[in-house]
Amino acid sequence: MTEQVNPAPRLDNQDPGLFGQTPSQTVGPFFHYSLPWKGGADLVGQSDMGARPELFPEDHDVLNLSPPRGAIRGETIILEGVVCDADGKPVPDAMIEIWQANAAGRYASPDDDRTDIPLDEGFIGFGRAATSEEGFYRFRTVLPGAVPGPGDSLQAPHIAVGVFARGVLKRLATRVYFAGQDANATDPILALVPAERRHTLIAREAPDKDGGVWRFDIVLQGEGETVFFDI
Amino acid sequence: MTLILPYAREDAGQPPSLHPPYVSTVPRSPRQPLVRIPQTLTELTGPAGCWDNLMGESLFDLTDQHLARPLGQRIVVAGRVLDEQGRPVRGTVMEIWQANAAGRYIHKKDQWDAPHDPNFTGAGRVITDDEGRYRFVTVRPGAYPWGNHHNAWRPSHIHLSLLGPAFATRLVTQMYFPDDPLIEIDPIANAVPSPYRQRLVSRFDIETTQPDWALGYLFDVVLRGRGATPLDPEYGEDDHHD
Ligand SMILES: [Fe+3]
Repeated sequence: MTEQVNPAPRLDNQDPGLFGQTPSQTVGPFFHYSLPWKGGADLVGQSDMGARPELFPEDHDVLNLSPPRGAIRGETIILEGVVCDADGKPVPDAMIEIWQANAAGRYASPDDDRTDIPLDEGFIGFGRAATSEEGFYRFRTVLPGAVPGPGDSLQAPHIAVGVFARGVLKRLATRVYFAGQDANATDPILALVPAERRHTLIAREAPDKDGGVWRFDIVLQGEGETVFFDI
Repeated sequence: MTLILPYAREDAGQPPSLHPPYVSTVPRSPRQPLVRIPQTLTELTGPAGCWDNLMGESLFDLTDQHLARPLGQRIVVAGRVLDEQGRPVRGTVMEIWQANAAGRYIHKKDQWDAPHDPNFTGAGRVITDDEGRYRFVTVRPGAYPWGNHHNAWRPSHIHLSLLGPAFATRLVTQMYFPDDPLIEIDPIANAVPSPYRQRLVSRFDIETTQPDWALGYLFDVVLRGRGATPLDPEYGEDDHHD
């Protein structure tokens, strides 16, 4: 009997000489039945926000529904906006992710070990939303608290944002800040952004609504291009 | 609080945002330079241990989600999720999606004229163990045509999505197969400069292959690792963002 051995190795993923960061690739246009789960864009309540189940047959639905939430302190807000491309056209196949601290400024992460600041049961602070045919996304969450920055600095309340889409080869990282926060003036990250572009990182409260609705459009390229970060 | 070392920046193997042969990058990639920032608590933290709550239960067998088995070549894909120092990334979630054996997604916007398979959805998720290992069972996806240019075909690929321990380690990528001639002419794979593109090519492995059952492929995912210096030397200068 012949012994079975691997064929001669080619240059591939297992080659020790190639060991290093796995390169990023686009999320493509067909992620909707896998990534954005029902409720993924609702960080405070139970709903089906964030998913687009109309894009695949119901009997192939493997998306979870968001779990019951615990007591979550702070001011509930809506964060919404449109993603558009260089021609101002809405991007109907983008996915937005957010990561944030709770209202007290604590991240629900093992790497934030500041036990003097309370966690909220049920508030994870991570969310995911697919954009609509009109390029529109919407999250329900809470206004985050301030968190420490480099050295002794304090960062203004902000939400980290990741943008994925067909045609986006690697995640675009940005941040949402909130208009009217005094701490914006001394935020150590905003200070690194050229003054004339800072406005692209600042959500505005929608004037025609009852309050608590914050608008944050994401411009991938061109006039008013959103500031993206090298992190 | 505990000082957390920052993660390494992206290495030479990452693709640029703009790669004109992949036409959709032209209107969708930023033209302004990225603003380099130090990694703060925001970038150094991420959700952990809550995947069931967030996304649902682990689902490692994509061939066992319907009444019967899907058509196609059954395969096992296994490997480890590591950081750049070769340390296992434990308890992290990997989400998976792919076309069926004929190259067709269940997605309604996939209008290619290849058959659907009623026994195949093509979505799953796995959690790495204490050694960073993962394993899933699926069928080998088919190649499919796309509208990027004349006679454009995507090589067989499985989409993978990983969070890792922090916002800074987030990765979405695609895994390719070693015997596929389409990789060399695919603008998406080739956005990754040579030789790093080959990091995306899995290896056929007879040990992972299960007798009388399924072919096995190895694929390790390497996420950004913690760097050696706790302070970003560039922080505090503001001459690098123009
Ligand atoms: Fe694909």
